[in-house]
Amino acid sequence: MITTQTVNGHSYRFDSLVDLLAKATPLRSGDELAGCAATSEEERAAAQWALAEVELSTFLSEEVVPYETDEVTRLIMDTHSAEAFAPVSHLTVGGLRDWLLEVAARSGAGDVLTALAPGLTPEMVAATSKLMRNQDLIAVGRACRVTTGFRTTVGLPGRMATRLQPNHPTDDLRGVAAAILDGLLLGCGDAVVGINPAGDSPQVTADLVALVDDVRQTYDIPLQSSVLAHITTTIGLIEAGLPVDLVFQSIGGSQATNTSFGVDLALLREGREAGLSLHRGTVGDNVTYFETGQGSSLSANAHLGTGGRPVDQQTLEARAYGVAREFEPLLLNTVVGFIGPEYLYDGKQIIRAGLEDHFCGKLLGVPMGVDVCYTNHAEADFDDMDTLLTLLAAAGVNFVITVPGADDVMLGYQSLSYHDALYIRNVLGLRCAPEFEGWLVAQGMADPTGKVFGAELGASRLRELVGAVG
Amino acid sequence: MTEAVPLDPWAALRPTTQARIGLPRAGMGMATTTVLELSTALAAARDAVHVPLDTGALLPGMTELGLGTPIELRSRATDRALYLRRPDLGRVPEGLDGLPSGAWDVGFVIADGLSSRAVADHAVPQVAALVKALGHEFRLAPPVLVTQARVAIGDWIGEAMGVRTLLVLIGERPGLSVADSLGIYLTHEPRPGRTDAERNCISNIHPPAGLGYAEAAATAARLVAGARALGRSGVDLKDTSGAPELP
Repeated sequence: MITTQTVNGHSYRFDSLVDLLAKATPLRSGDELAGCAATSEEERAAAQWALAEVELSTFLSEEVVPYETDEVTRLIMDTHSAEAFAPVSHLTVGGLRDWLLEVAARSGAGDVLTALAPGLTPEMVAATSKLMRNQDLIAVGRACRVTTGFRTTVGLPGRMATRLQPNHPTDDLRGVAAAILDGLLLGCGDAVVGINPAGDSPQVTADLVALVDDVRQTYDIPLQSSVLAHITTTIGLIEAGLPVDLVFQSIGGSQATNTSFGVDLALLREGREAGLSLHRGTVGDNVTYFETGQGSSLSANAHLGTGGRPVDQQTLEARAYGVAREFEPLLLNTVVGFIGPEYLYDGKQIIRAGLEDHFCGKLLGVPMGVDVCYTNHAEADFDDMDTLLTLLAAAGVNFVITVPGADDVMLGYQSLSYHDALYIRNVLGLRCAPEFEGWLVAQGMADPTGKVFGAELGASRLRELVGAVG
Repeated sequence: MTEAVPLDPWAALRPTTQARIGLPRAGMGMATTTVLELSTALAAARDAVHVPLDTGALLPGMTELGLGTPIELRSRATDRALYLRRPDLGRVPEGLDGLPSGAWDVGFVIADGLSSRAVADHAVPQVAALVKALGHEFRLAPPVLVTQARVAIGDWIGEAMGVRTLLVLIGERPGLSVADSLGIYLTHEPRPGRTDAERNCISNIHPPAGLGYAEAAATAARLVAGARALGRSGVDLKDTSGAPELP
């Protein structure tokens, strides 16, 4: 597909769909690093005009990453539903943007968008997002409904869940327990208690799985745990009879990215089946949990598409959601600012990417969360995270990541704090997952309307939680 | 009226983790002291990234080590903003003029990396400890100071100088709690194109809280000897002493 577009008297040529998608993407450092970004703002505007005219059906005949060599493309193409696509099959990319905004403004939008999801490919969704402003990403993202369940129900309207992330530099069980206690006292953990182990040894992973299961049972808390080891480690734990709740894996939007993570679709399928075999969910059987992030393909040198051209990082990220939805996850979060300024340079780029990822995932039917985060060499700060959290809450994000004091002392980056969750719940009236909320009410940490107060350590029966560990 | 200072109910738990647990609240937010502590920690981290390395201040100390006159170089990343956006430019020197060559066993490249503070605080004493650990056995090259630099820039420098085993001392990405951590990357027979899998790393050097200079130097000496015996560095080279060796 070769396109030319004239704006302001200047003519611009785009020599493929891959090229057009990349050049229509709002500025970000990762696309500049990959060498696929527009070289001027006017070229970007021209690309957006041209992309707006592309028929959605083009994405079903023209591959961004070759079908023959990439199983992610095969998954996307082979599972596409022509029936679900029918209502929008006549539209262009620009037409879909208008259509989505019209649907989002009507009642019953959630059902319409849920029915549409199997008819959209990640590339169509990514393309549409490139024509949307932040408010469009929020408005349509908010209209989507993706609800999943395990021991809690995540994604219900008016609610936002949190992952409690009690990481520790040496996986010390008492230290992890202390950070879990801190989070529970501030009402966090209804999406998952999810621990990134510092080491990937099966024994450490097993000890952490057992720790959270003990806490859950001792205090009768409706929650699920995940230890974010490699999926093969988790499958091994399941075979060894450990109380594994969620099966985690980092995934990306190309086969080569997934190879760099040591996985393929067959292994993800095996992991999901292992999780399902335990029948540990009580309100649902969504047993997988995935993390993604713009830039992961480029950092693995796994970002080349049709014609050997670099695919922009946002389109590749949307393709990762195309992988995820095949495995019906309970949770997926983009780790949006973690990867560093060579992919997302500053607060503006991180905020935009967080909203894009949420929109694309939700529209594809993925239960999107966001790790609202940054590293110290990015041009970002706590104010930027406050802004992104508030925008994502307005957009109806299913869950966010929370850590003690916003400082992840194991991974060395800043996420949100447990306190940040209290802030946004209070300001926007967002409630916890209903099962977890019931527990908080019973503990005196929330009132029957769902307003969360948290509790002081000395006044809570949870204070013995750490003492029992070890 | 005096009030008793309330005991911190978290006191017994704080030693279990560096995580910022049990922070005081103000309503649904954090107390003023906590917010100021966090912004101060962020300020230290951002200054570590953005304050330029004062190489002039390092030269007297480097010269006193007796390794010959230190050489100063720059990468192709012309400023910090470009350095942060283009890691590829930080891996290539702007030029190699002025580098001496010789039959040296071990060379030292001191690179600002992502924390100028780590280099300013720890590079001279760390090289001194390395000289003490290596100097009686090996011929040591003059140190090279390089700014806006990533680890792989050492491959060009090491090859140009004819160094057999190269140690790159570089400022590590600052966390919120530690802004001055230094790392040492060892590459045997450095040349452009070496991958990170062909290097060994000693991380988290920032005494007194982190790894000490003598301990890091002892680990480096074992790795240098091991690389020379094995003929390569990287994933096949293990430090079997049990000393901390991070990936």
